[in-house]
Parts: sequence; structure tokens; C-alpha cells
Amino acid sequence: MDPKNLIYTGIFIYLSAAASFIILPKGKRYTYILSTLGALVIAVSGLIMMYFQPVKIFSSHIAPGFDFLFKGDAFSGFFIFTISILAFAVSVYSTGYTKNMKNQGMMGFFFNLFILSMIAVVLSGTIITFLISWETMSIVSYFLVTFDRDVKSARAGLVYAVMTHIGTAFIIALFLILYKYTGSMRFAEIKVMASGIPVQVRHLIFIFSIIGFGTKAGIIPLHTWLPRAHPAAPSNISSLMSGVMIKTGIYAFIRIVMDIMGQGPEWWGITIIVIGAVSSVLGVLYALMEHDIKRLLAYHSVENIGIILLGLGASMIFRVNDLYPLSALALIAALYHTLNHALFKGLLFLGAGSVMHAAHTKNMEEMGGLIKSMPYTGLFFLVGSVSICALPPFNGFVSEWLTFQSLLLGFKSQSIISKIITPLGGAALALTGALAAACFVKAFGISFLGMPRSGKAENAKESSIYMITGMGLLAVLCLVFGIFPGIVIEILSPAVFILTGSNGALAEGVFINISETVSAISPAAIIVAMLVLSIAAAVFIIIAGGRKKIKYGDSWDCGIPALGPRMQYTATAFTKPLRIIFRRLYLPKRELRVSYVVKPFFVKSIKYSAEITPFFDRYIYEPVTDFIQRTAGKVRLLQSGSLQLYLAYILITLVLLLIFGT
Amino acid sequence: MKYFQFIIIILLSPLVQGLIKKFKADMQGRVGPGILQPYLDLIRLMKKDMVISYVTSWIFRAAPYIVFASTIAAAMLIPVITIETPFSMMGDIIALIYVLAAGRFFMALSGLDAGTAFGGEGSSREMTVAILVEPMIMLSVFTAAISAGSTNISKIAGSETLYSPSHILALSAFIVAVIAETGRIPVDNPDTHLELTMIHEGMILEYSGKYLALMEWAHYMKQMLLFTLAADIFFPLGIAAGGDLSALAASSAIYICKMVFMAFLMALIESTRAKMRFFQLPSLLGGAFVLAVLSLITFIMMGK
Repeated sequence: MDPKNLIYTGIFIYLSAAASFIILPKGKRYTYILSTLGALVIAVSGLIMMYFQPVKIFSSHIAPGFDFLFKGDAFSGFFIFTISILAFAVSVYSTGYTKNMKNQGMMGFFFNLFILSMIAVVLSGTIITFLISWETMSIVSYFLVTFDRDVKSARAGLVYAVMTHIGTAFIIALFLILYKYTGSMRFAEIKVMASGIPVQVRHLIFIFSIIGFGTKAGIIPLHTWLPRAHPAAPSNISSLMSGVMIKTGIYAFIRIVMDIMGQGPEWWGITIIVIGAVSSVLGVLYALMEHDIKRLLAYHSVENIGIILLGLGASMIFRVNDLYPLSALALIAALYHTLNHALFKGLLFLGAGSVMHAAHTKNMEEMGGLIKSMPYTGLFFLVGSVSICALPPFNGFVSEWLTFQSLLLGFKSQSIISKIITPLGGAALALTGALAAACFVKAFGISFLGMPRSGKAENAKESSIYMITGMGLLAVLCLVFGIFPGIVIEILSPAVFILTGSNGALAEGVFINISETVSAISPAAIIVAMLVLSIAAAVFIIIAGGRKKIKYGDSWDCGIPALGPRMQYTATAFTKPLRIIFRRLYLPKRELRVSYVVKPFFVKSIKYSAEITPFFDRYIYEPVTDFIQRTAGKVRLLQSGSLQLYLAYILITLVLLLIFGT
Repeated sequence: MKYFQFIIIILLSPLVQGLIKKFKADMQGRVGPGILQPYLDLIRLMKKDMVISYVTSWIFRAAPYIVFASTIAAAMLIPVITIETPFSMMGDIIALIYVLAAGRFFMALSGLDAGTAFGGEGSSREMTVAILVEPMIMLSVFTAAISAGSTNISKIAGSETLYSPSHILALSAFIVAVIAETGRIPVDNPDTHLELTMIHEGMILEYSGKYLALMEWAHYMKQMLLFTLAADIFFPLGIAAGGDLSALAASSAIYICKMVFMAFLMALIESTRAKMRFFQLPSLLGGAFVLAVLSLITFIMMGK
């Protein structure tokens, strides 16, 4: 089928889904049914795009500069596919999630526009269409962030709007530079003429892309909006924002730097690896300190963007060294992780939404024992946790393994500095993996295991069937994309081919084998082995010791009559060792207030509070905003509000212009 | 034979544990239990009834199987007496570290499942130690993998080993990692029953009977597996290249000597060191991490 018609159909379905609440009196009931349909149609068109020629979808040339063009190639197709898979699951979930929401109709409207704007971004073929789509995406997501109309969301929305527009400013500057040197608005034409751009300007374009697109992707230190905006938005939206919206930053970066600019010097790749390593390690370190389940997940997005950049940086380094198959391998790692992160982070945000829906709290210290009252949410959240920790046999394992392999092969490059930086990037990835595991032992263990820590958690009920189905779909995909890596690499290779000129063929069904080094894994074989061994172990312990009955009793309480939920290990206590070990980074502050009945023996109450210093906010953003506010305060002297004074300004300006203008 | 070499680790791992205890007893001037004691312990545990807390969920009951199976799955990946490992297509050294991490993940969850402070404390500390150890173990392995040109463990074990400065640095880092991973002094005290100092024991405090047997056995296997891995990567000398019987016999004899040596080394370290305070561990493990980084840089600069 012609992907062009499919895309048109998909867009039409999305638009009618968005408008359904206006047109039909009970239209909001059909919104998400239409959204799932739209997602399916567009996912298919994405798949077709990956296997066929580039498709021109829409083109119109109104006036010079107003050159509208939407087209898709294999690389856009991959992102469309990723966006649509997540959009499908989130739409199913939203049917249940938005049921008792206020302004349900507006939600459906923005929800569908949001998905559509992301698709428009990855299909844009000219500067002007890209900027329009990009801004639409930012503004619609701003409305979604501030959807719950409270002070906190409004503040988060403000930070988001400011940060995203700083990014956009750099993007516009970058495009103006491109236009100045190539004289074209179309990406395809710019690409042809890009080699004529002077070297210094190319460096400038690279740096502007990092700042501009990095703000959207959430690299450190430009991540500051992320842990604010994602938790403020409703959970189905956080899932889309964190799962796919921040990936449009990655898409645009690859499009501009790797596709249009082509090859850069080696330090470009090294810079990306360093940014990736810093973002991944710091992202997860900050995530560990969060007790708000959604802020924790938001920081993990920073971490995973870092992991994607590690692969991307390696790919750029290999390209400089003319190692195209390896460049393809590293790019596969990066894009594979992009897809995986969309799945498991989407899943985790949906899980968090389900928990918040049931327990009415974001604070993990008030949860506990939820796996018993919410068995499906618990299971799917566990699948998401295991996937994000890159544990076999789930999908995160495969993409992190590929990233490790790419970084290890970095020793094949020419320069000493790349040879040293790449394996150190691997060490950073190992550290990230271990930290993420600790973080999700905390996130899952404290929220879902043990005893309920509050009345809210005790009364939690499992979420509706739609929400469970939405999460279940993503959980199944996490497993499928883990044990059948061949499928993913197959659908990725056309996209990788157009960017690196090689498809780095390495998958054989359930095995991944890097022929150059004979390194291989097969998550499918690992899970089969573990299943067989578990059954064998179960049989063996019965043979060895006979069937014994299981007695149920209380947990070990050292002889104290009853253990209460407040005696459990808390999330704060769980991460205390790390707060001590990494104190130079966290700069922890704690306050202990004890009031006595009789000093010093009889304590009436103890109040303990601990917090860490948000380093980037305190030492980078606050001085800047302070400076701006101070300057603005001084400028205000000019704005007295008196009409006469303003007339005097006009007169003075006019006189000055007359003097100097001649 | 090559298909079944991982069974050596399953069957003999309690013996290695017994050997370490015996060596330790000798060094400390005690008689100590016989070297077969760990087997007797496992059999005794298998025959006992289990007491499980009301608070626990299915995670608690699944964890022993996951830990046990993942440890054996990891053991399947490594060459024990011959470098012909048919299961090496299943995973390489990075996969091995992640398979073990999967076991640890579920063990730590099981520690939190009963809702007691001891379990939580054990889990928290175990994950903290893992954070410090994992990058170091990865880096020390990277040096070997880069010099062998592959992360396939058979290829690393079969490659020509260079006893060079980088090699020695990586080995020292790896030994520290093995100590930390097996929960031995100076990182953790395997014999302690004081709740406040426990790491590994704290996590599995709620387990009894068959489940405890599985957990303990998995721990013994992980220990022997790491010893074998150290031998494979850093002194593979003498490991059989093929599958014929005489080569295998020679290789087995050498393997036994290596294991006895590793057991002796562990006992020596345990007997001559005191357990470190938990918050002094970063300096030990951080120091070992620096060794691993140096090893890598030395390898890249010197080319060996």
C-alpha cells in the first residue's frame, strides 16, 4: 500500500479524534478508540517507509522562504514506528486513565495533537516545516504539562517553556547559519551543499545542535526542566513525553549532524561520548535520591539519553576512522536503545500513573505492599524495572550490550584519546547499570513490596482493564524485543544504512553475533536455560528433601511483639550509603530536631529531614535568573508609567536619529 | 564432556567453600569442620520445613529459583576444563556479569519483601557494594577483552596471555572484585550472625529450609564461578584446547590446583585482614578501580 495515503488516513483519524469532543455530544468516548486506530495506521506507514524509497507526502511552495515539504525516509520511518507503538499503548491506557478526569475533552484534543506534532517533526523536509512542527509540539506539550491547574504545574510549565525556547533560539540560529551558507530551506539541498560550509562554521553548527536539541533531549546540564515537567503532566502524557518526545531531540541531532553535515572531526564524537557519560551517571545518581516516583523516572530519562549518546558518539568516532560497519553497529546500539527506552520508560510512567491513580500519592514512602492489591500493575512495573536495568533477557540488555561492544571496539580507532575515552565510556555505562539496578530495587521494593506504609496504600485497588492492557502490551514488547533482537535489527538496518552506508549485519534470529570479534549473546537461550534450570532445581529439592509443608509466620522481629510498617526500611534509608559515598556531589543537608520530656532521656518527638543540594539549579540556573531579575529591576527605572516621560523618550530618539541618520 | 563442564561448578562448589573454611581454621589454629561440611549443611536445610513471613509476596518465593538458575546459567558460559564451550554463543563476559546482576537484583528485592529492617539494610548495602564493584570488574575485564580482540570468554581464555604490567594491574583489581562479590573479609563477613554487620546474610535472613539451601548453594557456585573466571582470564595456562580425554585429565588436575590456590588465597586474606568499616569500602574499591583504569591505559599506551 502507498504509505502516502496511509499517512493521510492516519492524520485524518488523529484530527477527527482530536475534534471528536467538539463535533459529537458524546464524542469524547470515541477519542482514544480513534487514537489507537490512527497509531496503527501510522505505524504501518512507518514500517513501509523503512523498506521503500523516500516518500514525498506533501509539498507546497507558497512564496520564497515559505517552502512546505513533508517527506519520510527510512530513518523518519523508524521514529514514526517508535512513536506509534507507544502512542498505541498509551491510547489504550488513556481510555481508562482519563475516565474521571476534569476537562476530558480538552485532554483528548491536546493528546492527539501532541502525537500528530511529533510525527510532523520527524517528517519535516524543510527548515520552515520543521520549526512550525517543533514549536507546535513544544506548545501543545506545555498545555499538557500545565493541564492540572495548580501552582506547581504552572511553575513546572514556566520552566519548561523557558528552557524549550532557549533551545529553540539555538535551533533557529543554527538554521539561519545553514541557510546563509547554502541558500536553501530544504534539508535535501542543504545536505548536498553542506560540504562547502567553512570548518569553523561547521563546529558552530555542531555546538548549536548540542545545545538546541540537547535541551529537548534533556542532556546534563540542560535537563533542569525534565524532572519538573514530566511529573507535573498527567501520567499518560509523561509517558509520551519521556518515551518519545525527548527522542525527537535525538532524531533532529542525528538528522542535522550525522545526515546533513556528514562527517565531522574526531572531537565531535568524543564530546558526545563525554556528554553521554556525564548525563547517564549524573542522571541516575540524582534519580536515586528521589522519592517522588515520577521525578525518579524523569531523571532516568536523562540517564537513558546519556546511554543513547554513548552509542551515537562511538558511531561518530568510527565514521571518522572509516570503520563503516562498526559505525553502523554503534548506531544500531543507539537506535535500538531509543526504541527500548520508549517502551520501558513509557511502561514505567504508565505504571506510576496506575499506582498514583490507586494510592493517590507520588511519594514512595507512603506506598508499600502494592504488589498484593495491584498484582498486574506490580508485575508490569517489575518488567519495566528489569528492562531499564538492562538485565537479561529483556530488551534493555540487548541495546546496552551492543553499546558496550561498540565502546569496546573503540580501540580500533586511530587516536590515543579515542582509544582511552571509549572504554572509559564503557566503565561509565557499567556504573550507570549498577546504579540503575540499585535505584529500581528501591523503586520497586519500597513501593510494591513489604507492608503498606500508609492508609492510602492499604486501600489501593487494581486499575481498570484498559490501563492494565496498555501496560501489558508494552511489557510484552519489552520481552519480545529482548528475546528476538533479530526482528529489531532487521527493521533498523535500512535506517542505519542510509546514515552510515553499511548495515552492519549482525543478527541471526535469536542470536546476535558480531562476526568481527566472535562476541555473541542470545537472551532467548539465557531465558530458556534459566527456565529449565529452575524447574530442575524445583524437582531436585523435592527429591533431595521430600515434600515439606510451608508454615507461615511473622517476619523476624528480634522478639519485639509486632513489627509495624513504620519499622520497615525506607527509601531514604535505602539510599543513605550512597548519600554518604557521593557526598561531594550531593552536598547533603540534614536537620535533626529532638524535643524532650526530660532531657536527655525521655524523647517526645524527633523530626528528621534530609535533602540534597540541587547542584545545577543552585549554581548554574539560580545565578543566571537572579542576574536577569536584577537587571530587569534596574531597567524598570525607565518604565515609570508616566506618559510625558514616554513622549520625551520618543522626542529624544527622534532627535538622535535625525542627527546621526544623515 | 564439553557440554557438561558447568556441572563441575554445581557439584564441587560446596567443596571449595569447605576448603576455604578448613584453610581458615588451620591458619587460626582451630580444628574446624571437615571440608564436606557445606554438603551436609545443604542436605540438612533441604530436609527442613520452611517458615515464610505473611508479609512476603510471590517475589520472595520466586527469588531463590531465579538466583539459583541465573548462577548456573552464568556458569554455563565459562570454560572450566576445556575452552570448547558450546554455550558460549549464549552469552559473553558482559552477558555473564549481567546474568549475575539479574540474580542479585531479585535477591535484593527478596530482602525488602518481608518488610524488616535487616533485609532492607542488607539489600541497600549489597546494591551499594555492587555499584562500587561493577565498573571495576567491567574495566578489568575490558583490558583482557581488548587484548584478546573479543568478549567471548573462550576466546579470551584461548588467547595468548601476556604477563605484562597491564595484566597484573587488571588481575589485582579483579581479585578485589572477587572478594567483594563473594562477600568476604574485608568487605563482608560471611561468618557473622550479628545483624548490624551483615550484608549478604542480612538479605537472606528471612529464608529457611529449601529456599535457604538454594540461596546458599547459589552463593557457593558464584564464588567458584568467579574463581574459575579469574583463572580463565588471567592464568588460563594449562586449560585444554580440545576435547580428548588425556588433555582433559591434565587440564582437570591443573584446574584443581588453581582452585585450591584460590581457596588458600581467600583464606589467607580473610585470616590476615580485619573487616573494614562499611564507609571505608569506597577507598578500597575506589583504589581497585584506579588500578583497573591504569591497567587499561597501560595496555593502550604500551600495547601489551
